[in-house]
Amino acid sequence: MVVQTPNGFNLDRSGKRIVIDPLTRIEGHLRVEANLDADNVVRNAVSSGTMWRGIEVILRGRDPRDAWAFTERICGVCTGTHALTSVRAVENALGITIPENANSIRNIMQLCLLVHDHLVHFYHLHALDWVDVISALKADPKSTSALAQSISPWPLSSPGYFKDLQIRLTKFFGSGQPGPFKNGYWGHPAYKLPPEVNLITVAHYLEALDFQKEIVKIQAVYGGKNPHPNWLVGGVACAINIDGTGAAGAINMERLNLVSSVIDRSIEFVEQVYLPDIAAIGSFYKDWLHGGGLSSKSVMSYGDIPENANDCSAKSLKLPRGVILGGNLEEILPIDHGDPEQIQEFVAHSWYKYPSEFSGLHPWEGITEPNFELGAKVKGSRTDIKELDEGGKYSWIKAPRWRGHAVEVGPLARYIIGYAQGKAEFKEPTNRLLKGLNLPLSALFSTFGRTATRALECQWAAHQMRYFQDKLVVHIKAGNSATANVSKWKPESWPNEAKGYGFTEAPRGALGHWIKIKDTKIDNYQCVVPTTWNGSPRDSKGNIGAFEASLIGTPIADPQRPLEILRTIHSFDPCLACSTHVISPDGQEMASVNVR
Amino acid sequence: MLTPESKKRILVLGIGNILWADEGFGVRVVEEFHRRYTIDDNVSILDGGTQGLYLVSFLEQADCLIVFDAIDYGLSPGKLMLVRNDEVPKFTAAKKLSLHQTGFQEVLSAADLLDRCPRELALIGCQPLDLERWGGPLTAPVRFQIAPAIELACKLLAQWGSPAKLRASPLPVSERLLGNNIDHVNYETERPI
Repeated sequence: MVVQTPNGFNLDRSGKRIVIDPLTRIEGHLRVEANLDADNVVRNAVSSGTMWRGIEVILRGRDPRDAWAFTERICGVCTGTHALTSVRAVENALGITIPENANSIRNIMQLCLLVHDHLVHFYHLHALDWVDVISALKADPKSTSALAQSISPWPLSSPGYFKDLQIRLTKFFGSGQPGPFKNGYWGHPAYKLPPEVNLITVAHYLEALDFQKEIVKIQAVYGGKNPHPNWLVGGVACAINIDGTGAAGAINMERLNLVSSVIDRSIEFVEQVYLPDIAAIGSFYKDWLHGGGLSSKSVMSYGDIPENANDCSAKSLKLPRGVILGGNLEEILPIDHGDPEQIQEFVAHSWYKYPSEFSGLHPWEGITEPNFELGAKVKGSRTDIKELDEGGKYSWIKAPRWRGHAVEVGPLARYIIGYAQGKAEFKEPTNRLLKGLNLPLSALFSTFGRTATRALECQWAAHQMRYFQDKLVVHIKAGNSATANVSKWKPESWPNEAKGYGFTEAPRGALGHWIKIKDTKIDNYQCVVPTTWNGSPRDSKGNIGAFEASLIGTPIADPQRPLEILRTIHSFDPCLACSTHVISPDGQEMASVNVR
Repeated sequence: MLTPESKKRILVLGIGNILWADEGFGVRVVEEFHRRYTIDDNVSILDGGTQGLYLVSFLEQADCLIVFDAIDYGLSPGKLMLVRNDEVPKFTAAKKLSLHQTGFQEVLSAADLLDRCPRELALIGCQPLDLERWGGPLTAPVRFQIAPAIELACKLLAQWGSPAKLRASPLPVSERLLGNNIDHVNYETERPI
């Protein structure tokens, strides 16, 4: 029986069901179930994530000025982004403004995280969905070198370089501990790249791993240390003393020059390695344009990277702000994080209890009360679920909605909104990439579109780091060295009760924190994270979320090895690390796939 | 006599998530080690949290590595165990790096893939009692192992030619490795639950 969801997807759960649990190479734990028709095309998809216990449990009663340090510990990937969102929420609640230098430095740190995360996500968590490592061993080093040199001026491209790499890889596979490459679906028919492209990308997998140590120097300079850089309500934690000497203490010219050189190398790496790889991969996957899901219908971006300090209007934010509904690119709807009717979370299909199953709660009023009950059609037991019943509660992820609509968030959403706004910095690189591949605009609404816009955004972010670094240096040289506003540092200066919100565009999408402060302490604190938007279960009206929507209509070549499902879900850069603890007692890395 | 240049570069790393009860063991050990001891310039102390692959760049700059972590050995709670070198991956494989799908074993093998895995590995693991209590403190059996774990590390550092020296007095709260109320004492005493 086919059911149409209010947001326009036809679901049919009559065919055989496959269960992938856990879905690997993501941060956190995710389970995906799908029904396939007689031709092995996905006709129904169910995404179920693990539990989020609510940071309010830990933060209630604490000093709001320290909230960032706790939220930085929620996740090992989104550390800085959570911290930035947190200080913004507290500043919003207490009406604290920050100096221009602090705005520039925060932007550089946030952009640095975008560049870093996009690189690591693509090469280390996602590339292996497109790239067959074993096939790379068969490449001819000479033709690999010729191909590499034809697509990029990147110097690490000699036949000897690729030959040495093959020897290393062969040795690595022979060691019996192939680490990140173990249990891959090597040889799967959905891999389309020739051995030479596979080898180039594996080389860059290693180079990107190596390049990380350069990028994080920026966080260490401005955040004082890395990992876990320091943040500050009212500005940034670093002082500026342009004439100072030595590596320790205040930011001086030597430190600024170090950041500048890292930015230059980041731009070079993204433009000579990452982007050519995406174009090369795209040229072999042009016919595989599945996975668009919600992206052609409803997308949302909160916006980020304010041009001017303390101005979070859509005009000031360099990453686009707004919502597109029903695929109408002509209209960008405005967002208000403080409007109780706009952003709401629903739990009709989530394992939580609300006063009403049918009403949503705005995050200021948010609660996290577990309620583990299964639908009537579930197969298995409470402790060993064989097959979920999506007609009942089936996920620990809540269902956030914007004015009741399910939306996709992330780099693709940001680029679609930027494109619709006609902003040249988003539109032109997108058009160039599509034209190079001879693809229409509609091709963007796909798994590949998600992966490609992430690369474009990585380039954009690297150049924006340059822009804000130059802006910062000019400002400092003009005699402005302020990095913090401490006029409202003392709790005595705060009102008895206050509430506020902070938002950022995390690498994987829109992130918001909502805070309530009472008698100088935290009274409530809610985070709505990007993967909650994308990985959300159905809501009470039956709208499906972005993960589920993206799988509908995808043909699966081999149901026992559902590479296509991994590829599409990974393209969202899912991060559920902020949800519950997962230990795999037997050390099994690979998903177990069950077909019924 | 070794010159400073020829000294081995040593990384003392604590991993885990302080928000999940005993899962914070590794981080709390390096915090306490830093509070009580000074170290030579060739030794670094790192609170690695749950950084996963981001830790590779720290590993590759070390000749010797000491890792503190909560490890499920299937022993009684609070049991401390030291494993070395080739034995290490076997124990780190079974466990995800805290909330991550990326296990510490993958961090090691990624460093290995770059041909820059530390030559000497020592994993000082403690059997946890409670990994499920969100926001919870270290349980007593695990907390009692902080000092013995540090002693084990001190022995290794001495063997590697860079003994740690006890500070005249422990560092004040303002100079600890973890600040802003997430230091061990304030984190646990101000717990709302």
